[in-house]
Amino acid sequence: MTANTHERHVLRELPDWVWYAGVSVAAILWWLLYNQLSPFSEWVTSLLPVTRDSHAGEAIAFFVYDVPKVLLLLTGIVFLTGVLRSWFSPEKTRAILAGKREIAGYPLAALLGVFTPFCSCSSVPLFIGFVSAGIPLGVTFSFLIAGPMVGPVGLGLLYGLVGWQIATIYLVFGFTIATVAGFVLGRMGLERYLQDWVRELNAGPVGEVPEETLTFVERLKIGIEQVREIVGKVWIWVLVGIGIGALIHGYVPEAMMLKIMGGEAWWSVPAAVIVGVPMYTNAAGVIPIVEALLGKGAALGTTLAFMMSVIALSLPEMIILKQVLTYRLIGIFLAVVAVGILAIGFLFNIIM
Amino acid sequence: MKTVKVYGPGCKRCEATEQMVRETARKLGIEVDLEKVTDPKSIAMAGVMSTPGLMVDGKLVHTGGLPDSAKLEAWLSV
Repeated sequence: MTANTHERHVLRELPDWVWYAGVSVAAILWWLLYNQLSPFSEWVTSLLPVTRDSHAGEAIAFFVYDVPKVLLLLTGIVFLTGVLRSWFSPEKTRAILAGKREIAGYPLAALLGVFTPFCSCSSVPLFIGFVSAGIPLGVTFSFLIAGPMVGPVGLGLLYGLVGWQIATIYLVFGFTIATVAGFVLGRMGLERYLQDWVRELNAGPVGEVPEETLTFVERLKIGIEQVREIVGKVWIWVLVGIGIGALIHGYVPEAMMLKIMGGEAWWSVPAAVIVGVPMYTNAAGVIPIVEALLGKGAALGTTLAFMMSVIALSLPEMIILKQVLTYRLIGIFLAVVAVGILAIGFLFNIIM
Repeated sequence: MKTVKVYGPGCKRCEATEQMVRETARKLGIEVDLEKVTDPKSIAMAGVMSTPGLMVDGKLVHTGGLPDSAKLEAWLSV
């Protein structure tokens, strides 16, 4: 056995109470650390050869405050989400969605998109699985849009960094876009634009779900595994995102921010969406940037449009799905979602 | 002898699952005919929607994430 697998075997055989105790202690530690963030960042900044009020001072304080904060939030959210999602699976979701009338399917799919665990590498089998179960294409799209956009990680970070009001607004908007865009796409009869072999497929009977009952401790372990995997994958993006956010926070003059991203310029929303398309990062990387932008006075509609564009219009995801979708379908998909994001961006700038 | 198929397009967890199966089989002294399926069409046809997926003797026993080692032993020993 390799050392790592051996360690895993030993860990997995620890009695249940150890896991409960461990998680409880971790939770308490988390809470203590979280409350010490502001004093900690001020202290570190004071140690460095910069004046607190200078550009550099501002940028550094932002960075030192946000890095542990985001990492802590991420750890907590990913853990809780991992545990919560252990009750869901793509197979169960597929079984649930397969029987539903189309109109109910859209919001349901969007909702399930948030709670169902799935990694990008399973995008293709999942897509095929849904389509072959007779789930309407539009409903499948609602699912695929909602997942990354309204993911708990994004919501949790928004809540932690810019407050519950904005997080709630984002949730409502994201959910609406997922449902409506899916509906619009569904109406367009896009099945003919699927790759040929997909249309001819019939993948496994619906309802044959491998029955695995999980104990609560097993769910906790899943949560921990998720933390290890996701935070391990994402922490670099977090650092880069916070670095950019710190630079914006410290160095971009408010006047310039208002000119580019204030609600006045009509072109700021489309520009924000377009800029977001080629950008590849996840929620954890982009939200610190959002935080910095909003802090500098960028309009809320424009900023949220940017965020949604970065997360939902994901080129890497499209590249993976290219195996099942033709270019035309990908283009239509991106266009519909982009229009939805634009609409929300404009609407929100007008309302606020 | 057991026929085991590991479904996965080649991400880290799929590789790890294949490793786990080999090692568990060796530990239990069970002979396995292990096949790794990476083609997305075949993966979907087997009813696997979250990889890695594990099929033992034609029955789909696990999908999504690393399998639990105790359960893996049970599936291989049946």
